Amino acid sequence: MKAIKKIVVYLVLTLAALSFIYPFIWMIMASLSPEKDIGSLILFPSQLTMDNYEMMVAKIPIWRALFNSLFVSAINTGFSLIFASMVGYALSRMEFKIRDLIFFILIFTMSLPFQITLIPNYVLMVKLGWIDTYLSLTVPFMINAFGIIMFRQAFKGLPQALIDAARIDGCGELRIIFRILWPNIKPTIITVAILAFMASWNEVLWPLIVIRDEQLMTLPQLVTLFSVGGRAESQLGVKLAAAVFLGAPIIIAYLIFQKHFIQSMASSGLKD
Amino acid sequence: MVSPYLGHLLVFTAFPVVFSLLLTFFKWNIIGPMEWNGLGNWERIFSDRLFWKAILNTFKFLAIHIPLQIIVALLLAEVLNQKIFMRGFFRAAFFMPFVISGVVVTILWQQLLGYESGVINRILVSLGLGKVGWLIDPRVAMVSIAIMATWKNVGLYVILFLVGLQTVPKQYYEAADLEGASHWQKFFNITIPMINPTIFMVIVLSTIGGFSLFIEPYILTGGGPLNSTLSAVLYIYKQAFEYYHMGYSATLGVFFAMLVMLVVVMQKKFVERDV
Repeated sequence: MKAIKKIVVYLVLTLAALSFIYPFIWMIMASLSPEKDIGSLILFPSQLTMDNYEMMVAKIPIWRALFNSLFVSAINTGFSLIFASMVGYALSRMEFKIRDLIFFILIFTMSLPFQITLIPNYVLMVKLGWIDTYLSLTVPFMINAFGIIMFRQAFKGLPQALIDAARIDGCGELRIIFRILWPNIKPTIITVAILAFMASWNEVLWPLIVIRDEQLMTLPQLVTLFSVGGRAESQLGVKLAAAVFLGAPIIIAYLIFQKHFIQSMASSGLKD
Repeated sequence: MVSPYLGHLLVFTAFPVVFSLLLTFFKWNIIGPMEWNGLGNWERIFSDRLFWKAILNTFKFLAIHIPLQIIVALLLAEVLNQKIFMRGFFRAAFFMPFVISGVVVTILWQQLLGYESGVINRILVSLGLGKVGWLIDPRVAMVSIAIMATWKNVGLYVILFLVGLQTVPKQYYEAADLEGASHWQKFFNITIPMINPTIFMVIVLSTIGGFSLFIEPYILTGGGPLNSTLSAVLYIYKQAFEYYHMGYSATLGVFFAMLVMLVVVMQKKFVERDV
């Protein structure tokens, strides 16, 4: 009975794992196959070819899009870390009049559905002249409420003596945050960084709205438009090659830093 | 210290919310001047059958997606919540689709779900079964999208349930064992009530996620066939960026956002009474 149960358990797990991994492997192999082989279930095509990738590179500025995505995500992650630390520090370690009010507003804005600000934010970008610039992809995302909450929580857990000692040594508040406190909250920094980076990297709706210049498009945006537009000429292989190109950086990062990814992204659910 | 935040908040949240409310009273194609329209936009919502269809589609998506997600995630978490060889590997495998861009997942599933040459239909045919119009049959298309979304997100919820399951005190199960309770009895009488907060969190998270359904139908079906996969956000997007009805689109956005908040608050009330 025990043995049967064990077998069932591993059978369920293996089938589930296969159903999550196999499609990705199929996608990679299909993107390397000649067009006629795609759609068959076999993992090993009659010949391996880079044709699909060459055609994709010829048709869309995919390397530029990769750069755009990396650049925009890095900027958003960097600024999110800096600003969220500052606000989180103020909310946990400084006394001022409207502190509780700010915290309340923070929680309120977090529960505000994005659909309400989508159109007016687009109008704002038009009026600021930020359409088709990096500004529209970065400035609105430089501060996120969730990061502030995470940093507030982390700073609250540190001993006051750490801050007092730094003050006696004549440190300013910014120096205290980034030189004295940051080394003590590395897990929080990693979590906020991963969340900010992934949010920025995976965003598609906003770039679709504010970027029309192909040279400035983010990677998921370019791949989306390539896939729905006629330019892939209904060639499956090229579409799949674009999808692999888009997925690869994150898959590689995930395979290396898997534990950090799972912890960070699961914590975004747990803290609510 | 907080002034950058307040400035940012003012420009990118407070102003848009106020401007959004204002826009609901105007007709505007963004190029010309704004035209006063009184309550016209609001009246139009109630006679806009396509919008209600989009709302209904979104709820249909949620009605399939949420229960499916909870059942699959709970099952996998329950199986993983014991001494398992290569536990870390399985956890990582389940979580993988959640990390990857929805665009990748959608393009991948487009190939799996194709009618003539899709992988799934090929399997069905080789098993002697008929083909299914996963993306071309209006009755099936939204179900396909809901299954795909579950496949993508379920890993997150497996992790959340695992955390929840580990908070259930072992003594409860030991006591139940002494009474001779079966596995299912323990599951329904101990596990489910104890992880109720996690279940609620999963419902709320997937509701909010589900209400923002956009990129999947945008890539897979463009909202078709026969508008059967037109989601609310996709419709708002189309009103603004295909027809340039900024005022009306903003009105739809405000209305839909209120609906989302209402549903989440109701879920909260319902669960709090339940516990």
